[in-house]
This record gives sequence, C-alpha cells and structure tokens, in this order.
Amino acid sequence: MPVSTTAAAGGRSVSRRRLNFSVDNVSFWVVFLVVPFVLYLALVIWPFVQAAFYSLTQWNGFNDAPEFVGLRNFVQLLGDATFLQTVGNNLKLLLVVPAVVVVLALAFASMITLGGPSRGEIRGIRGASFYRIVSFFPYVIPAIVIGTIWAMVAMPDGGLLNGVLMAVGLEGFDNFAWLGRVSTAMPFSMFVIVWGFVGFYMLLFIAAIKGVPSETYEAARIDGAGRLRSTVSITVPLIRDNIQTAVIYLGIMALDAFVYMQALNANGGPENTTLVIPQYLFRMAFTKSQFGYASAIGVCLAIITLIFAGLVFGVSWLSGGRDRRSR
Amino acid sequence: MSAARQDLAVGGSTTSSGDRGVAVVSHVVLIIWSIIVLAPVAWTFLQSIRPSTDILSSPFGVPASPEWANYSKAWVDEGLGQALANTLIVVGCALILVMLLGGMCSYVLARYPFRGSRLLYTLLLAGLTFPPFLAIVPLFGVLNSLGLLNTKPGLILVYVAFALPFTVFFLYAFFKGLPEEISEAAEIDGAGKWRTFFQVMLPMAKGGMATIAIMNFLGLWNQYLLPVALNTRQENYVLSQAIGRLAAQAGYQTDFGKIFAAAVIVIIPVLIIYIFFQRQLQGSVTQGTMK
Repeated sequence: MPVSTTAAAGGRSVSRRRLNFSVDNVSFWVVFLVVPFVLYLALVIWPFVQAAFYSLTQWNGFNDAPEFVGLRNFVQLLGDATFLQTVGNNLKLLLVVPAVVVVLALAFASMITLGGPSRGEIRGIRGASFYRIVSFFPYVIPAIVIGTIWAMVAMPDGGLLNGVLMAVGLEGFDNFAWLGRVSTAMPFSMFVIVWGFVGFYMLLFIAAIKGVPSETYEAARIDGAGRLRSTVSITVPLIRDNIQTAVIYLGIMALDAFVYMQALNANGGPENTTLVIPQYLFRMAFTKSQFGYASAIGVCLAIITLIFAGLVFGVSWLSGGRDRRSR
Repeated sequence: MSAARQDLAVGGSTTSSGDRGVAVVSHVVLIIWSIIVLAPVAWTFLQSIRPSTDILSSPFGVPASPEWANYSKAWVDEGLGQALANTLIVVGCALILVMLLGGMCSYVLARYPFRGSRLLYTLLLAGLTFPPFLAIVPLFGVLNSLGLLNTKPGLILVYVAFALPFTVFFLYAFFKGLPEEISEAAEIDGAGKWRTFFQVMLPMAKGGMATIAIMNFLGLWNQYLLPVALNTRQENYVLSQAIGRLAAQAGYQTDFGKIFAAAVIVIIPVLIIYIFFQRQLQGSVTQGTMK
C-alpha cells in the first residue's frame, strides 16, 4: 500500500497529506497536464464559449466592437430564406446519406463475410481482401480531392460520366450538367459523399460481423434461414451498437458536408440547392464579415447536431427496450 | 440493389446451385462497386498526362506521348510543391506534438486520478461533440490577437488542440489498461515520474500510439476547414487548400490538365501510405472508431 500512496502523492486529493514539491513532480504536473489543457481551453473551449456570446451580438469585423443585440440574430435567421434553405439541404443529406451508406455497407459486408458456400463452416467470399482494400481506398483520399475528382467526372464536356453514358448509346447526355441542374445537383452530391464513406463503414461492419460467433449463423442456417434472413435477423440486431455509432458519425458528417459541397459547387449550386449551413456560415463570416450573425448560425448548427444525436440515442433506447421485451 | 438481395434470399437454401447464384450475384455487385471506386481515380491519373486541349474534346484516350507539363504547371505555377512542403511541416509538427501532449495528458488522467480529473476528461469529450464550425469565428479572433493568424505555428497549435480530444479519448483507455505493478516497480527502483512515463509506460503503449498516430495523420492531412479559415496567406497554403483553390477556378478556365495533375500529387502520398500500411490502417480504423 505505501507504494500507491507515493504514486498518488501528486494528486490534489492527497496533496494535503504530503505535498511533493520536487522538480520532477512539479514539472511533471505542469507539462503533462497544464500545458495540454491550456492549449485545449484556449483554442477549443474558449472559442466555443465566445461563439455563444457573439451569437447575441452584432459584430461587423475586427475593427468594430461587438454590440449586444439579444436574440435579434436568431429572429433574423428564422426569416432568412437562404438560411432556411440550407437547413433543408442539410436535413435532406441527413435523411438520405446515413441510410444509404449503412444499407450499402451492410450489404457489402454481408456478401464479403457470409457470401461463401453454405456447406461446412461459414466462409467469406473469394477475393474478399481485394474488395476490402479497394472499397476502403476512398477513405484515405482527402475530401477536397474526392469532390474535385467527381466535379471533373461530372463535367458537361469531356467528363467521364457523360462520356460513358454516351459511349453505351444513351441519348441526351451530351453536355448534360449534373451539377448545374436543380434536379440532379443534390442527388449527385449525395452520391459523391456515399462513395467516400461506404468502404469505411463496410470495414467496420465486417469487423463487427466477424465478432459474432459463427455458431450463431450456423444454427440459423440449420433452421433454414437464408442469407438475407440471417442478415436481417442476426447481423443487424447483434451489431446494433456499431450501426448506431455509424449513424451518429454519418449524421454529424451530413450536417456538415462542407468540404464536399465546397469542392463540387463552391457557390451553392443551382438556386442554392446544394448550399449547406456551414457554407452559409463561412460566407457570412469571411466574405460579409457579419461575425455575430455567423456565430448565431454556428449555434443553430450545434443545436441541430445535439438534437440529432439525442434522437438517435432515444430511438435506439426505445427500440432496444422493445427488442428485449419481445425476445 | 433490391434484385441482388432478392437473389440472396432465394440462394440461401443449401443447394450448391443456390450457392453459386449467391456467389455470382455477390461478385457482380462487388465488382461493379470496385469499378465505381477505381474508375474515377484511374481516369484522373490518365487525364493528368493529357494535353488540356485533348481533355476538353474527349473524355477518353491515352496520349501518344505523356504531357508532363501539367505536373510542372501544378507543381510550380500553382504552388503545389510549396504547399506539399508546408503540409509536411505543419502535419509533421502537429502530429508529433499531439501524440506527445495527448499521450502525457491521457496518462495523467488515467493513472493519477485527482479531484476534478473526471471533470477534465468530460471537458475533453465535450470538444468532440460540438461542430468545429461553431469555433471558427472566435478562433480567428483568438489567433489574431496572439499574432498567430496566417502563420504555420498558429495552424500547428490549432491542429494539435483539435486533435487532442480524440487522442486522449483513445489513449485514456489504453493507459488505464496497463498493469499497475510495472509503474510501481519503476517508481520503487527510483525512476521519477518523467522516466517512468518515457522509459516504461510509453513503450508499452506503442501499439495504441501507432494506431492513433495513423488516424491523426489522415485526419490532419485531409483537414480543409481550419486552414481555409485561419491560414489565408498563399505562401503558407497546405495541399488541401492549394487544390481547393485550383478546383474553385475550374469553372473559369480551360486548363484542366493541371487540376488533374494536382489531384494526383495529393493522392500519391496517401496512396503509398495506404498500400504499405493497409493492414494496420484497417485495424486502426476499426479499433479507433468502435471504442
């Protein structure tokens, strides 16, 4: 026991008993704890706190002093058609992207892990590691490059997409502007984001499925369950936590999506159909110098993000409870 | 997709022809996806060595002789070379610092609990929850008043601060799991707290450090928002900014060759790292995310 007292002597809870002011101990606490936290408080926490304050001010640039205006920025935001449109755009992303990514990633992961012959032990598909390596690759490409590449692929003239479509004999894609039309700009942007993320989540689901004892799948197979049935009734409930984590990460990403949208359509797309909240915030702050208004947008974004995370946990808790009752 | 899943269901019976059906459908779906993944990247490589005039006239075709001028234009005229050097400096320094500070900080929080240590840990986690966008305007002001706006040291410190919560979050669990006896033995042998950490505990955490270092490297290498907002002087641009600027001009110019070349220049380093560390990387990601 005396050893652990020594070990904890630097802790403030026991410091009243025996203060240790040796150089080794004091410098240890300063460097190991104070330095990282000062940095973190100054550059992360303090800006967050400041943002909350600035959102209640009118502040038009660093030469001005922020002037307190109460909730005026928020009232103004509620009547700002462009802002409401950006919220709508992010909500569309939130509804579509996580769902599509999770379904595709789960389908691919199931094919890779359970696609092998159904006799004998549960086996994966041949070439599994090739598919894994290829699908995961987009994750390491910087998002700004992904957006740039796909913007080039979608070029009306000389883009790969229209080239392929016309080469297979489809009419009407000569000069088709995927990112320039209201009807296609958003779906195309969504596809690009999905492209960037499927492999990553596929990998997570593969790891999760491998964590499920293979006896579970074998038992289901003996009971006559097909692979789709196994996926829906075994994989999904057993890797629920992983799916929930995936939905939260993807949802937070969909509420951001700044880099992709900036690379695909820096000006917000046709009639602002791909303009997202962070782009609008950025525009207000760094082009229009309306720092107070921009901070209010940031606060709204944070609130929406927190509501979303709360909803996912709530839904998961409710459905989890029901699940356990019925089993 | 639904057709494929239908087949999967039917193929679930134990007949071997059903098996073959499942295998064929799975392979077809996965191969199509692989093509969708690889085609744009391969196309980008090809386009990067074609003259810009050819690119506009047809999306396909291999040049008779590769046009390396695209690369020199991107590298010199568009400052990709300078940006690569900047990125190596900024990401390199930030990575070393965040691993060091993150390792030390998580070690203290995990191994030397004191009154308020839980609170500090929670405060770190809070930093993971809020969108960085909320902080960007005040951060601009903070750096401005410190005289660090538009400087590499400023950007490095911001990178470190924003990568810190994730690093500590991950390493905390790691240090918590190391056996108590070893650090006690080291202290009995007269090693101070510094030596105990650097010579005994840190080497034992190598696996966890490597994992989180890879994750942080990717995250910082791909970072776009922070430099775009806080590092606006062109000679300090990092790679993601340089290519972002090029891409933003794409609508106004016809010299596409150098944009493709720039994309390749950014992809090559991560591609090399991916090929060599593919296995560790995939392991890292699964470990790092599901903690």
